[in-house]
Amino acid sequence: MRVVIAEDLFLLRDGLTRMLQAHGLEITAAVDNGTDLLAAVAKDQPDVAIVDVRLPPTFTDEGIRAALAARKTAPGLPVLVLSQYVEQLYARELLASGSGGIGYLLKDRVFDSGQFVDAVRRVAAGGTAMDPEVIARLLARNTGNASIGALSPREREVLALMAEGRSNAAIAQRLVITERAVAKHTASIFGKLDLQPSDDDNRRVLAVLAYLGG
Amino acid sequence: MAVLVPTRRGTPRLGLGPGLVAAARGLAFTGLMLAGLGLLLVVLAAVLLTALGVAMLVIGNGNPAFRVVVALLLLVPGLGIGLYLAPGALLAVRRLTGLTRRLAGRWCGVPIAEPRYSPPPREGRLGYTERLRWLAKDPATRRDLLWVTVNLVAAPMLAAASAAIIGVGLIAFIGPELIKTIPPPAFPGNSAGTLIVLGLAIMSAGVLAAPWLLRGYGLLAGAVLGPAGHAELEHRVRELTQTRTEALDTGAAEIRRIERDLHDGAQARLVAMGMTLDAAGQVIDTNPEAARALLYEARDASVKALAELRDLVRGIHPPVLADRGLADAVQALALDTPLRIHLASDLHGRPPAPVESAAYFAVSELLANVSKHAEARQTWIDIRHSDGMLRIGVTDDGHGGAAPKNPAGGSGLRGIERRLAAFDGVLAISSPPGGPTAVTMEIPCELSSPKTSSC
Repeated sequence: MRVVIAEDLFLLRDGLTRMLQAHGLEITAAVDNGTDLLAAVAKDQPDVAIVDVRLPPTFTDEGIRAALAARKTAPGLPVLVLSQYVEQLYARELLASGSGGIGYLLKDRVFDSGQFVDAVRRVAAGGTAMDPEVIARLLARNTGNASIGALSPREREVLALMAEGRSNAAIAQRLVITERAVAKHTASIFGKLDLQPSDDDNRRVLAVLAYLGG
Repeated sequence: MAVLVPTRRGTPRLGLGPGLVAAARGLAFTGLMLAGLGLLLVVLAAVLLTALGVAMLVIGNGNPAFRVVVALLLLVPGLGIGLYLAPGALLAVRRLTGLTRRLAGRWCGVPIAEPRYSPPPREGRLGYTERLRWLAKDPATRRDLLWVTVNLVAAPMLAAASAAIIGVGLIAFIGPELIKTIPPPAFPGNSAGTLIVLGLAIMSAGVLAAPWLLRGYGLLAGAVLGPAGHAELEHRVRELTQTRTEALDTGAAEIRRIERDLHDGAQARLVAMGMTLDAAGQVIDTNPEAARALLYEARDASVKALAELRDLVRGIHPPVLADRGLADAVQALALDTPLRIHLASDLHGRPPAPVESAAYFAVSELLANVSKHAEARQTWIDIRHSDGMLRIGVTDDGHGGAAPKNPAGGSGLRGIERRLAAFDGVLAISSPPGGPTAVTMEIPCELSSPKTSSC
């Protein structure tokens, strides 16, 4: 898998590159600003771009804007945005930039390289990887929602993992239950929230996120 | 001085509607003049009767007994009115001029700042002479009295003039055509046609002049009623001293809080992490499994330290505020609360960073209040900038009853007020029991031009 990285801090850029290489991914370019990212995307046509939110020159939200710009020039380009903090506002903008192939994770998540590489592969395959903190805050915001209140604690766990973008298989592995049990839970969740069930993992995620107001 | 008093000048609006409105407002001012006249008469009666009584005793000749009797006849009502009625009349004069100041701002486009009335000499109920002395000695009250006197001439000449001109045109020139009992004005060649034309001309002159006359009246009122320059400067210095002290205190308290948070949070976690890593190093050869567990523990500690630092940063300067400015930061805030929030913002540019930050935390505090106390279903936030003022309205449909004096939600509102005061900002709240609650904040500031996108 071919990856482009945009991260302005040398240590993190270097660490990310080495970690991904150790997991067998090919880093075609590692740049430190948005303009170079756009050039690298156009030249290398990577499978996924990993972008830090804060990049020069203003160190505000260049990463988000670069990611959105990259997805405009290369429609469907999978982008994984990394940040020291996660904001629902930015999560919304990223989700609205196309259907799927988007990730938004805290930088801390790279500490668990297995899970992180998993998220990179998921995004590259057109899936979604939303940070658990985004989901936790979305759920917290919906505490007053009667339909969400009607979910059992287990169903709520499944909902959170689903909203992060995980497949049934991944959820089953995470919660140490069978895939069939997960399928039963998801069906029940969709029933209670009155959402159209879908076989497509990613469309399912987007429906859940839209429901939660993400 | 122009910096101190916010003024709204420019040309008054002319035309039939504004002209008639201005004329009507002029009449209202004239009504205020009449009320002032009544109050003035009370004060004058007290002064005149007392002065005559004293004069009767001191000067003049004739039968001493007769003089004493006449003096008493003058002094008793004079002092009686002076002690019992005049203080009330003076306080009423203050109210009247206060109303005039507000109306001058709203109607004449000449905002007049409240003067500094000297505070009562002591707490509690004042004695009659004490009260009279306090009011009569106060320079601001004296200026109010001066205005009530000047107004006797100013109101008919300026405020009521336009209505009078319109009235003359209507009644004297057009009136005879409508009602036969009114005699037409006698001058050579006064046909019905010329009378109507002349009447209309006079009336339009009145309508056109009305806004200008009203403005002139407002300017005169401002000249007399505006706070004396040095008094205002003294007040401003006191105010600045106070808000500066409060701002420094708040800043110092914030720094102490940050220091404590770092000390108890991230710093402590880093120490623990160092110790865990050291322990892992010691057992790595003898017990690799235990070392691995310790390493994971250290990793988790670093995740927690990062989370705490993130929360701390959010409390100091929220990232979205830094990235995108006030409107988006409030939007992000709205997304994080369970409240249903409708945000309308119209900002072309960004306020200075400290103002932006104060405004953001004020809104954040208000939203926290709403979700804690108001049981509101919906909240509306309105952010705009006009006339050099950043205006933010936060309205909810909760059960109301919020007030700075209310200890339940009060300390927060007081805190916001203090923080805004450092920028000469103000907070107004309307929260009748049963709701709705509307909080309006105004901070004077200029906007910088919007940042151009770099990629």
